[in-house]
Amino acid sequence: MQMPAPDATVLARRETIVTRLSEVLPAEAVISDLAETRAFECDALTAYRCPPLAVALPSTTQEVAAVLKICHEERVPVVPRGSGTSLAGGALPTADSVVLGVSKMTDVLEVNTADRIIRVQAGRTNLSVTGAVEGEDFFYAPDPSSQLACAIAGNIGMNSGGAHCLKYGVTTNNLLGVTMVMMDGTVVEIGGAHLDAPGLDLLGVICGSEGQLGVVTEATLRILRKPEGARPVLMGFDTAEVAGACVADIIEAGVLPVAIEFMDRPCIRVSEDFAHAGYPDCEALLIVEVEGSRAEIDEQIGLIRQLSQRHNPVAFRESASDAESALIWKGRKAAFGAIGRISDYMCLDGTIPVSELPMVLRRIGELSDEYGLDVANVFHAGDGNLHPLILFDANKEGDLEICEELGAEILKLCVEAGGCLTGEHGVGVEKRDLMQTQFAPEDLEAQLTVKDAFDPRWLLNPAKVFPLSVSATRREQAA
Amino acid sequence: MTAAAVTTAQEAAQATGAGATTSPGQSVLAPTSEAGLAEAVRDASGPLRPMGGGTRNIGRPVAAQILSVAGVSGIVRHDPGALTLVARAGTPLEEIEATLASAGQRLPFEPLDHRALLATEGVPTIGGVVATNASGPRRVQAGACRDSLIGVRFVDGAGRIVKNGGRVMKNVTGYDLVKLMAGSFGTLGVLTEVSFKVLPAPDARATLSISGLSEPQAIDALSEALGSPYDVTGAAHRSGGANGSDGRTLVRIEGLAASVAYRAERLVAELGRFGPVELLDDRDASDAIWRDIRDVREFAGRDGDVWRLSVRPSEAAALAAHLGDLPRLFDWGGGLIWVLATPGTDLRAQLGSFRGHATLVRADVETRERLPVFQPEPGPLAALATRLRASFDPRAVLNPGLMTAPGPAGT
Ligand SMILES: Cc1cc2nc3c(=O)[nH]c(=O)nc-3n(C[C@H](O)[C@H](O)[C@H](O)COP(=O)(O)OP(=O)(O)OC[C@H]3O[C@@H](n4cnc5c(N)ncnc54)[C@H](O)[C@@H]3O)c2cc1C
Repeated sequence: MQMPAPDATVLARRETIVTRLSEVLPAEAVISDLAETRAFECDALTAYRCPPLAVALPSTTQEVAAVLKICHEERVPVVPRGSGTSLAGGALPTADSVVLGVSKMTDVLEVNTADRIIRVQAGRTNLSVTGAVEGEDFFYAPDPSSQLACAIAGNIGMNSGGAHCLKYGVTTNNLLGVTMVMMDGTVVEIGGAHLDAPGLDLLGVICGSEGQLGVVTEATLRILRKPEGARPVLMGFDTAEVAGACVADIIEAGVLPVAIEFMDRPCIRVSEDFAHAGYPDCEALLIVEVEGSRAEIDEQIGLIRQLSQRHNPVAFRESASDAESALIWKGRKAAFGAIGRISDYMCLDGTIPVSELPMVLRRIGELSDEYGLDVANVFHAGDGNLHPLILFDANKEGDLEICEELGAEILKLCVEAGGCLTGEHGVGVEKRDLMQTQFAPEDLEAQLTVKDAFDPRWLLNPAKVFPLSVSATRREQAA
Repeated sequence: MTAAAVTTAQEAAQATGAGATTSPGQSVLAPTSEAGLAEAVRDASGPLRPMGGGTRNIGRPVAAQILSVAGVSGIVRHDPGALTLVARAGTPLEEIEATLASAGQRLPFEPLDHRALLATEGVPTIGGVVATNASGPRRVQAGACRDSLIGVRFVDGAGRIVKNGGRVMKNVTGYDLVKLMAGSFGTLGVLTEVSFKVLPAPDARATLSISGLSEPQAIDALSEALGSPYDVTGAAHRSGGANGSDGRTLVRIEGLAASVAYRAERLVAELGRFGPVELLDDRDASDAIWRDIRDVREFAGRDGDVWRLSVRPSEAAALAAHLGDLPRLFDWGGGLIWVLATPGTDLRAQLGSFRGHATLVRADVETRERLPVFQPEPGPLAALATRLRASFDPRAVLNPGLMTAPGPAGT
């Protein structure tokens, strides 16, 4: 993976830049010592690392604006950062960049259950947003598995999803407004506690723009009343095809579960060894969760049982208590960690039309054989968002490269099947160079013009999303 | 431009249902393919007005040649097991709804039909729904049109064909231009194909109704319902007579039969403190009530300008107090207020500043030329929008000025 050569004139002005930043921020909020900037050299895509020029950790929108104004004047690239859990290298610094982290900005600014909104500073973690409204029986719906650590800022940057987005949607469907600082330091308010935009839907394009259009400092989020209850069922099947057909049947029958999760045999085994959730030994496993009152849950599970019988499940386990529910989810939730214990892995995130599931899983199996690396599949089946985990050995010469090649092939397969490269993790640097497999030049050009409109100097989050060759002319002109 | 793509205004009016909005003698471009639309835009020497069925005549009046999209029609793909549908922009909304209904599905956002309110005739198309982000009462629970929209193809102002999103529910590959196109009123591009996430249509539904509440009480009751765990899919209040005495506060629930019965019972009990709650579980009667609210039927055929206020529900009643006795309808739990105002008056001036925004949905041409139809935005946002428009439509040929404020800054 290639990154642009750092701007020598910026590197040469390092001291001036750090001094200027120190004039507008408290001393502890500017980090320039190499030993300390290393803590920001990567996100959760740890294969790529680069310590930044400096790190700024402001506490207010005004401080963010002051930092950006300086960087704009000095023409220093800025990498916005939440908690650094991106799996796509979305928060990977360049050597000539200032990392602008919002991790100190964690305040709850307003909770209003009558309007069903919460306003927070963007550095607040996803789970603690729910934490702030739980006492009133409300919750914030998007629930990435990283929710303990990841920040709303990063969720907005990546338009993150979660297991329950089949019913509640992803970040963009639950975001009502932001305070954002433009690269030149201008503060803008977009949206608010009302439901729609007065003019163009700028909020829609900001969400998922991977920190390239502005730095989000505050967000108004939709909160929902907690359902009366929720209960999962677990089903095992002989083949992935049959499990896929069962998913389609459930959806077509009009049951709308909040989550439908799928695991294949390699993943079931490893998770079971680790979590002892009592998973059946079979080719494919589904966890389907429904919500409501006890009677409503019974009605939906009854329907699901009926539908699943047509597909001769080898296992059907219905939770009868909170403890059993937790056990059913335990293996799924531990899947990534369990695989991480036995091997290095790369997590892909392509999405496919649900109807293509059997074909795509079969092809992934064939590709895995061809490249000689195991692939475990665990994913959100209701919406076709796959998470193939490619197992490799980071210490073995050449293994990472083979793994990346296999990953690229699988993502191309997703695009060919009518899907896309990434369903929730974002493009970052990881999938940047595959963008042309999904988009024609005109499609990319339209996106680039949006970047031009928001950040004419092309300073925000450099070298992400677009292949370097595609953005080269613009970056040179802006320099 | 191929000769075949130019029809007379009369033919096009028939084809597009544009009726009264097309003046006789004006030629209309009516290509029958995406490539034809792209060619028409590339060849344009002046402003174009992209048009589906011509039923949603909203915005500052634009003198432009009509570019009909109605000829680019047809459902491309409906995948019931994946809950997705792809259609060309000129496809009649009716055709889409019928196809989905045959599979027990529907568009989640309950698009409103503007015909009665705007006194237009014609066949609403799916492209027009997207261009206006037309979303009905279910917006409070299922999101707006932009939330169900998962992919677009469009022709930008330079005649380039662009695609964004796709036909899968989860997609964060590149910037989300899908949302940007929704509600852009044909100003950034001419939509040619749109993809949706669809949902199962539940068989049971019920409407709860409380009579005689004041506006503040009504909004409180709606907030309580929406803040309950009972998955309310409609929350509206009709203000009724001058003192509000014959007002009706309405709450809708939908789902599997037993579940609807259960939730209705709970809500009747919980809302009881606001007044006697009447339960209407007849499906057709319930549907009729929500269709009328969705389409703002009560203002159809009545004199006056129609404004649409988007506000915080908890500030809706106080804002409405500034409306005097102007008729109004609250939807979205109070977050959306439809107002029937004195013709030609500036309702924004009357209301003063508030958190939210106002859109002048219906007024005569003179008024829409004089008053901004869409809420003027603060400088930096307006500048951003101007830059985006210049990027997507460098020659300013697509509905130029339709969304911007009158005066030198907006043109
Ligand atoms: C174990 C694990 C499980 C995960 N599970 C999921 C999952 O289930 N679903 C899912 O969607 N993702 C998942 N992720 C990915 C990741 O957690 C999400 O992408 C998350 O939203 C990133 O949040 P963050 O605060 O860590 O952002 P960062 O990693 O710090 O940044 C992410 C992106 O947002 C930008 N950004 C950060 N702050 C701002 C700001 N203030 N303004 C503008 N842009 C900003 C960054 O520049 C970067 O491009 C998982 C990651 C891990 C490690």
